[in-house]
Amino acid sequence: MRFYEYEAKALFGRHGAPLLRGGVAHSPEEARRIASELGGPVVLKSQVLTGGRMKAGGVRFADDPVTAAKEAEAILGLTIKGQTPRGVLVEERAPVAQEYFAAITWDGRAKRPVLIFSDMGGIDIEEVAETHPEHVAKVHLSTILPFSPYKVKEAIAGVGVSGNDLTRLIPIVSALVEVFLRYDLTLAEINPLGKTEDGRFLVLDGHVDLEGDAREKHAALLAELGIGTEETREARPPTEFEIRGAQVDAADHRGVAGNVREFDGDLGLVIGAGGGSLTLFDAIRKHGGRPANYCEIGGNPSVKKTCELTKLILSKPGVKKIAVMMNVVSNTRVDIVARGVIKGCLEMGRTPSETIAIFRIPGAWEDEGFKILRKYGVEYCDRTVSMYEAAGRAVAKMRAA
Amino acid sequence: MSILINKDTTVIIQGITGREAVNLTREGLDYGTKIVGGVTPGRAGREVYGVPVYDCVRDITTRQRVDATIVTVPPRFTRDAVFEAIDAGVKLVVIVTERIPRAEVAQMVELATLRGARIIGPNCLGVLSPDEAKVGGLGGPAVNVRRAFTKGPIGIMSRSGGMTTEIANTLSAAGLGQSTCVSIGGDAIIGSTYAELMPLFEADPETKAIAIYSEPGGRMEAELAEWVTAHKSRLPIVAFMAGRFMDEMPGMRFGHAGTIVEGKADTTADKIERMRAAGISVAERIEEMPGLLKERLARAGA
Repeated sequence: MRFYEYEAKALFGRHGAPLLRGGVAHSPEEARRIASELGGPVVLKSQVLTGGRMKAGGVRFADDPVTAAKEAEAILGLTIKGQTPRGVLVEERAPVAQEYFAAITWDGRAKRPVLIFSDMGGIDIEEVAETHPEHVAKVHLSTILPFSPYKVKEAIAGVGVSGNDLTRLIPIVSALVEVFLRYDLTLAEINPLGKTEDGRFLVLDGHVDLEGDAREKHAALLAELGIGTEETREARPPTEFEIRGAQVDAADHRGVAGNVREFDGDLGLVIGAGGGSLTLFDAIRKHGGRPANYCEIGGNPSVKKTCELTKLILSKPGVKKIAVMMNVVSNTRVDIVARGVIKGCLEMGRTPSETIAIFRIPGAWEDEGFKILRKYGVEYCDRTVSMYEAAGRAVAKMRAA
Repeated sequence: MSILINKDTTVIIQGITGREAVNLTREGLDYGTKIVGGVTPGRAGREVYGVPVYDCVRDITTRQRVDATIVTVPPRFTRDAVFEAIDAGVKLVVIVTERIPRAEVAQMVELATLRGARIIGPNCLGVLSPDEAKVGGLGGPAVNVRRAFTKGPIGIMSRSGGMTTEIANTLSAAGLGQSTCVSIGGDAIIGSTYAELMPLFEADPETKAIAIYSEPGGRMEAELAEWVTAHKSRLPIVAFMAGRFMDEMPGMRFGHAGTIVEGKADTTADKIERMRAAGISVAERIEEMPGLLKERLARAGA
């Protein structure tokens, strides 16, 4: 889950990283007040969970409080990549002589955190990594040994930084590492880390991504930063359909109806499990079908959960039929899923035989499941019909309808 | 032969009194797996289908040899359970539990590496060697396992537990049995990747070819392609790549560090290209896998 810039900075600041003076404004008037308190030229930045703010006009400058109010108004009214800003960060403008880059993230191949440091920070850092690798140092950290600042020293010195710059940078970058390790972050990044003309270092922009599975563990921190438990903090905010999907999953602890995602097609999908869903979604599209949604059912969901998911999908405008498909299942009971989808159809006033384009779930209790499906005249198939072929049958029925 | 596990492998289950673990015990015993004990703190003296329950892993390892453990405890206790098993000398740790923060997974992996233990998972259905043993939930109840998995020359590695069974079933129906099937887990950091398991299959005389199920994300396919090229592997590999639709909906990037570490996003198209360049056949559909495997086996003269 992503943090807004002002939250990332607040987190870094608590651990001793040097910040610019400033505050978050939610109205032009508030921006004017902050700017006048700062007393000088300011920078105003849109608080959205996406990159490309500068290009979109979400970063502006003002020399006086009145202009600051005007620019804040423009930023607050500006949607960037579908996101309305959470607020405007108003900060003093510092004369920056050089920009550095410092970040810690996970290296999946090494299975360890990797610290990255560069003396060529800024928005072109990725290009720098390719064209000037000698200006980008990478140091892997242990997850068992306690963190020791020499690791940071090696990274910074590794790109040729020495003297006072080196000794001033070590505690700042060490603070970043400590934040990363302490809060189960998947990304802690300062870019740029600015050096002023008089030799001070300042966090000019920051990114933080916290591991979703560690949310509960750090509930206290999130509460202190004012991050609500209902906020998903993903690149794209969830749709109403997706929020209701998550509610269906949360309402019943038995089994999973996860990752419900909305698409704009007409064929509803009750599919699983994780890998099976990816495989089936591809298959539907390859046959020319247009999925109305994606989802991952599994772990033996209850009749109620499958029923509610079916109802949710059928209530989506434009959904004509649903396809119920999984890979050969190990722990999910076929008969329970069959009951759930049929019940869902009936409760929506739909005829199961016309609504369910195909049912392909082979595995435990399949004979009982197939018996129920036969009773309602629903077309089903067993493991002798491949996932790809089953998807094809569903798409063909959509065409015929 | 097989890799990782066989008929003689002695297995314990950590968290054995939990609902899912009780099922795993039943299924494993029914399949003939030597489940010699279980651990749930405070439940010593009980039994699960005749398997004795202890408070500590050491209570079992001091009495007898323990080759493998299945860790089923909830996410916030998993690291502790894995450390306990490794500390007690267990060399194969299968972690079924999902939703463990990756920092903790990395700690388990680092300790395992230091102590010469191997981790499979987390977030996986375990390991299954047909007619030998079943360590984890793969295939479900023994009767269902026997329908989908048969003994033979193909090693399976899969990032999806469910698709491991789907592929085994498809291969079995075409007369291709399996040596060992490994559900390696679906998380960003896992104990054993394709490339890390390849040397084991390579050294197993029974294994003649490999089937792989792959998904978007990570660098595991690139790592495999490099391994295969560098080690001139004797084993033909046939892969299936799911989630191709995700190439058209890349998640918006956030920060720059990820790109610097991993380079540009490894799309499914990139992964397929890398694997093909390393001589790995990539099937368009699961049902093409048996044909491709037979073709590759014939060409290899197996």
